Amino acid sequence: MLDKVIFFFFAGVAILSAGLMVTRRNAIHSAVFLITTLLATAGIFLQLRAEFIFIAQIILYVGGIMVLFIFVIMLVSLDVALRQVQFSRQKWVALFVTLALAVEVGVMLWSSRKVPGQGFLLPNAVPAAKLPPNTEALAGSLFSSYLLPFEIASVLLLVAMVGAVVMAKKRT
Amino acid sequence: MGPQHPSTHGVLRVKLKLDGERVRGTECVIGYLHRGVEKIAENRTYQQFAPYVDRMDYVAAVSNGLGYCEAVEKLLNVEAPPRAKVIRTIMTELQRIASHLIWLGTHALDIGALTPLFYCLREREEILKIFEKYCGARLTTHAFRIGGLQYEAYDSFEKDVERFCKDFERRIQEYVDLLTGNSIWIGRTRNVGVLSAGDCIALGASGPVLRASGVKWDLRKAQPYAAYDLYKFEIPVGTNGDTYDRYMVRMEEMRQSRLICLQAIENIPAGPILGKVGKVLKPPAGEIYHSIEAPKGILGYYIVSDGTTQPYRVRIRPPSFINLQALDKMARGHLVADVVAIIGTLDIVLGEVDR
Amino acid sequence: MNPALRDVLVFLQSWWVELVSGVVIVAVVPLVAGYLVLMERKLMADMQARLGPMRVGPHGLLQPIADAVKLLIKEDIIPDNADKMVFWMAPVVSMTAALTAMGGIAFGPAFLVARDINVGLLFVIGVSSLGLLGIVLGGWASNSHYSIMGALRSTAQLVSYETAAGLALVSGLLLAGTLRIRDIVHAQEQSGVWFVFLVPVAFFIYVVASIAETNRAPFDLPEAESELVAGYMTEYSGFRWALYFLGEYANMIVVGAVATTLFLGGWLRPFPNVHWMNWLDALPALFTAAVGAYCVFRAGKQPARVQVWFMWGVALACFAVALILGVPVLPLQVVAPLKFMVPGLHGAFWFLLKISAYIYLFMWLRFTLPRYRFDQLMHLGWYILIPLAIVNVLAAGVAMILETEYGWNRWLALVVTTLFTLGVALFLLRLNDKRAAAASSAAPPPEEPSTEDSYAG
Repeated sequence: MLDKVIFFFFAGVAILSAGLMVTRRNAIHSAVFLITTLLATAGIFLQLRAEFIFIAQIILYVGGIMVLFIFVIMLVSLDVALRQVQFSRQKWVALFVTLALAVEVGVMLWSSRKVPGQGFLLPNAVPAAKLPPNTEALAGSLFSSYLLPFEIASVLLLVAMVGAVVMAKKRT
Repeated sequence: MGPQHPSTHGVLRVKLKLDGERVRGTECVIGYLHRGVEKIAENRTYQQFAPYVDRMDYVAAVSNGLGYCEAVEKLLNVEAPPRAKVIRTIMTELQRIASHLIWLGTHALDIGALTPLFYCLREREEILKIFEKYCGARLTTHAFRIGGLQYEAYDSFEKDVERFCKDFERRIQEYVDLLTGNSIWIGRTRNVGVLSAGDCIALGASGPVLRASGVKWDLRKAQPYAAYDLYKFEIPVGTNGDTYDRYMVRMEEMRQSRLICLQAIENIPAGPILGKVGKVLKPPAGEIYHSIEAPKGILGYYIVSDGTTQPYRVRIRPPSFINLQALDKMARGHLVADVVAIIGTLDIVLGEVDR
Repeated sequence: MNPALRDVLVFLQSWWVELVSGVVIVAVVPLVAGYLVLMERKLMADMQARLGPMRVGPHGLLQPIADAVKLLIKEDIIPDNADKMVFWMAPVVSMTAALTAMGGIAFGPAFLVARDINVGLLFVIGVSSLGLLGIVLGGWASNSHYSIMGALRSTAQLVSYETAAGLALVSGLLLAGTLRIRDIVHAQEQSGVWFVFLVPVAFFIYVVASIAETNRAPFDLPEAESELVAGYMTEYSGFRWALYFLGEYANMIVVGAVATTLFLGGWLRPFPNVHWMNWLDALPALFTAAVGAYCVFRAGKQPARVQVWFMWGVALACFAVALILGVPVLPLQVVAPLKFMVPGLHGAFWFLLKISAYIYLFMWLRFTLPRYRFDQLMHLGWYILIPLAIVNVLAAGVAMILETEYGWNRWLALVVTTLFTLGVALFLLRLNDKRAAAASSAAPPPEEPSTEDSYAG
């Protein structure tokens, strides 16, 4: 029961922050609410016993990417962007597509309510004590079965970093 | 950098033209401390004006007094007796050390070293105690009179000075240990604020600023005054003309001042301390320019007398004012953080810049 | 019984230690940080031939209380165009990050707030890096040019040195093999020697990087008074500023705790496994008793009566602590039931001693060294520390492989790789000197003679 309380707390914070994030006029406020959303999601990870993902979310997403976002918001003058027309002529198409998608998801959820598991693939939950430690499990699979994608991803990141530095250097 | 900035050593306003972080030009706005000293001189007798000169470079008041008294003595064609000259030399050299100590402490503080300031103030305290015992004042001393001295050297004067000088060598070593070899200090001061010898002479810079750029010009050797021709001392000269060289030059000057004091107290001639000057000073009409090597640079007094008891015009050549003009040349191309170091290395006192 | 109430009681029963510890951290750490500030002022005064705060309370010991009260009753000034919500929130974020990171640290084998979380050390580092957000948001919210510049600089510095610190920690973690705090210290106990002796270069890199992490001199340009007034903290006054400041000092404690845990043996005494060194167990008690004896000795020389009483009070407190530390260690039968307290108490003592030494080093460096200019700071971080840290990780990894796969002696492998890393360090420094010499011979960048006269008009 405590689990439920904690989960609903985190989930509620996440949804509320997400809603606030997309409705703020001030970009920094949106960034702050994105941070809260991410932290709440990290809390849900922690509740699922995925400690490494929890801390990776905090270090990378909140501590890295959000700082970058805030830098950009601070350095780019947003008044110009704000004064531009926010919604283009495609807003009606966008509205229609969004409504269609929402109806689809709703129909799917409704029609699967009688199916055991409600149509979601639910693996049998493992008692928490028997779970392998998250960090070790992640490390094991990263360095054995997923070694190649891991290395490719790191090379990709290196290329992106070098590219960013080269592009940012002033032409001397 | 407005008049209220922790690092402009007084009320100095510097307008910086920046390109990002690089300085493209500077403009100094001065006058916040202008008190009209030169105008006041026209309405005071020669003796009455003497305390006013202390207030110009208030960090090195004794030197100001020496320059003024010697200038008026030249005008009167009077010479101070030998005993007075020697004591004047000792006091002036002690004041040079005190002025350089303040410079070192505040300069290091600007660059981020918190501790040298307190060590320098500790040493300066000893010098100020000597001054207080001698003439009753620590800062604006009015130590000398026209024609010589008013006060005889007090009983333990030689002992006090000797004790201070003997102690001081060890203290200088403390500063050297803290700063001279420190790679952060070198990184902040090497090649910062470079002023070539030609630029120095063109701008009229003098004192340690001039000597650090390689020009060996010191009025104590070139045009000796007071008792400087009696003593043996070196003139430190730099090579690069950057902040580090000015630092080294001033450190060495402190050592040389100490040596001068030690030589002087060994043999203070006996005799009168005040030359033959009357109570009312009426120099003959004429003009005189006399300059001395103050701690900040060449301090000059141009006095025009019209035969009355009050000078017709006193014009003071303030070394800080003229050195400050070099700020623009020195600061161009550097970062904002260096401007603070450069202002510190010029060793300006706004009382002298503005008068 | 109501099942909800039952659940709450079960929760409290199993988690009350953590809850109480959390409350204790939030209540005690600001006080500790305040006294750290006093310690710093006293140390600074001592190194500068003066006395420091002496008026408020005996020997200035009530100074932090006075400061706290003053800051609380100060007028709360918010700049006109400041963003109120973010302005309010930024120092809170900074302080919260530091306090939460404290929750992951173990001050002794028995004092651990967060249940021994799987990613213990990573948790501490990750959460303490959230303090960055407090800085950058604070600078922005002040809506002043100085603040934004200071915030950007500070953030850039923190991010750069975080990388170096993390890599240095990785070298230590390679030796430990785990991220759990208890297991790291246990690994040091097993290997019989603190990790600082196995990977000294990593420890050194971590020290330098953590000084930059906490914005301390010589890396404190963002808060340098003479340059940007107070950087991102310019517009903060009163209690908000106090929160930032306390966050910085709490961060110092966190960083010291991480270094102590990973490199300095955590709560182990020196030579934890060597049996004939067991007499070292008496050191905590002796040390505290010596401090108490010194207080007694000085008590007679105090000028005022209240100071004499105060010294006696401190002496008695020291003796009490010495008793608590010493009695369970006595080789007497009667104290055998108390033996279970030894690891916890003594562990806490050694841990606190090591953190104090680490923080003393921070303060000592602050008073001695001048400040790096910002470009020199960034150059040091990116060109020297990060390559050195990467090389160190490689070297530590190679040493481990040599030990496990090829059967080398652990010490031999580590000495060889440490020498290699030192060689790389020297090479990097020589490169740096050459670059500095080359740049300075052409510095400052040649100015085209400007036609405009900056003095005109």
